Amino acid sequence: MFQAIHDAKLVWLYGGVLFLLLISTLIGNILRSRHRTDASRTTIDNLNARIRAWWKMSAIFAVAVVSGRVGSLILFAIISFLAMREYMTLVPTRRGDHRTLFWSFFVIMPLQYYLVGIQWYVLFAIMIPVLACIFIPPSIAIAGDTEHFLERASKIQFGIMVCVYSLSHAPALLLLKIPGFEGHDARLLLYLVVVDQMSDVLQYVWGKLIGKHKIAWRVSPNKTWEGFVGGVISATALGTALWWATPFTPLQSAGMSLMICILGFNGSLVMSAIKRDIGIKDFGVVIEGHGGILDRIDSLCFAAPIFFHLVRYYFVP
Amino acid sequence: MSNHIHPIASLLAAVARGISGVQVQWAGCEPDERQRIYFANHSSHLDFVVLWSALPSEIRAKTRPIAAKDYWEATPLRRYLTQNVFHAVFLERGSPAKAKNPEEHHFAGRYVIEEMSDALGTENSLILFPEGTRGTGEKVGPFRSGLYHLAVRRPDVELVPAYLENLNRILPKGEFLPVPMLSLLTFGKPLHVEPDEHKDDFLERAREAVSSLRRIGSA
Repeated sequence: MFQAIHDAKLVWLYGGVLFLLLISTLIGNILRSRHRTDASRTTIDNLNARIRAWWKMSAIFAVAVVSGRVGSLILFAIISFLAMREYMTLVPTRRGDHRTLFWSFFVIMPLQYYLVGIQWYVLFAIMIPVLACIFIPPSIAIAGDTEHFLERASKIQFGIMVCVYSLSHAPALLLLKIPGFEGHDARLLLYLVVVDQMSDVLQYVWGKLIGKHKIAWRVSPNKTWEGFVGGVISATALGTALWWATPFTPLQSAGMSLMICILGFNGSLVMSAIKRDIGIKDFGVVIEGHGGILDRIDSLCFAAPIFFHLVRYYFVP
Repeated sequence: MSNHIHPIASLLAAVARGISGVQVQWAGCEPDERQRIYFANHSSHLDFVVLWSALPSEIRAKTRPIAAKDYWEATPLRRYLTQNVFHAVFLERGSPAKAKNPEEHHFAGRYVIEEMSDALGTENSLILFPEGTRGTGEKVGPFRSGLYHLAVRRPDVELVPAYLENLNRILPKGEFLPVPMLSLLTFGKPLHVEPDEHKDDFLERAREAVSSLRRIGSA
């Protein structure tokens, strides 16, 4: 516990995050004092609200990582819980799904994080895709309601795969034993989260600045080719520049970052499609005050498992 | 009736709020210490506790639920919770079928209204589910007439409609384990019985006032 504080490179990484937050807060304040029209005000207030939220999220994340593996595990378990809560609230379920949902929230999810905690890799890897996905359809069927049966089973399977299984690969990075990188695994988790989230932010910024050509306007009017390319290139450059904090060479780091950015984009795209399908804009908008955790982590859910397996395959003997 | 909050009541309120993640919106009025009858749709055992927990504590201490005697007195635990913890007002569920003749039914109904009026007293408020039983949550069922008679008997008390959304998915009828989805609670604009308003018209208007507060739409 608290060994993370003595990791100089981790402190540098955090210093970088802090520096970015300070700069963006400064820019946000300057923009606010310059713009007088109501329309630009709204955009800038929204920007400043986002920056304030980033301060809080970074602080929570820092506390969790500094408190060691258990802290990170608990943090990600809570995020999984909140994300799945948003997802299941907004995805239509029926009365017959009740017990399956109870199992998903109170048995499968804690068990998944427990398996990460005790480092039982094989069971961790098959728990949800094999065991839970076989368990869910019969447990719905036994309730006797066949209306939209296949849809309901798939919705729950998808929700638990994305919100719990995929996301649990982020803290699972902490149990990889990479030769020469022992005790520094918190950096790898931070690297993933920073590159992934910066990719989101930079795609948003590039999109606002020069975005014109929509990628899939039906799915998300905010996603443009300019935003995507600009965001991916700049976030990949940032990730590459952080190679010193990872077990990667600069070239490997560039490849990993590129992969994180592109997968993250796909995650956001899929979640946007789900939101359009349900008929809402944000997972957090219908239920104001509850954040929209899923909007924040959709990219991470898609990037984390593949990043985990790439690192495991290439860097763990 | 004592006006302090039982510690178990506070605990249950906190648990219910946590499980239901309820987001409260006072859309048609503000929280107020004046005497009110809060009436809402009913689809879950959590309904009362969630609604009650949404009130500020000084109002909570003076707000009592109406509980159906046949159900809530059936086991010692239920009786303890309703009577000792939440200071509920126990009532016979009026059912026209049970009464041997219309006059007897009318008499029983009058007695029930008197009891509710007494429970209101000079400073209490009540929480009432006029559907009389838990529904599936898909739509608000027809209201029983008690709300109308009570409103006529106590014109000084404000009638506040409220809509509890998604609680039927969190703890539906017949289940005892909750699923922690998010829920919404919306308080609407207070109603009064209009002069010469017919009972059925008022009850339909009250029902409409509740169901119009729905925010997400059917599941």
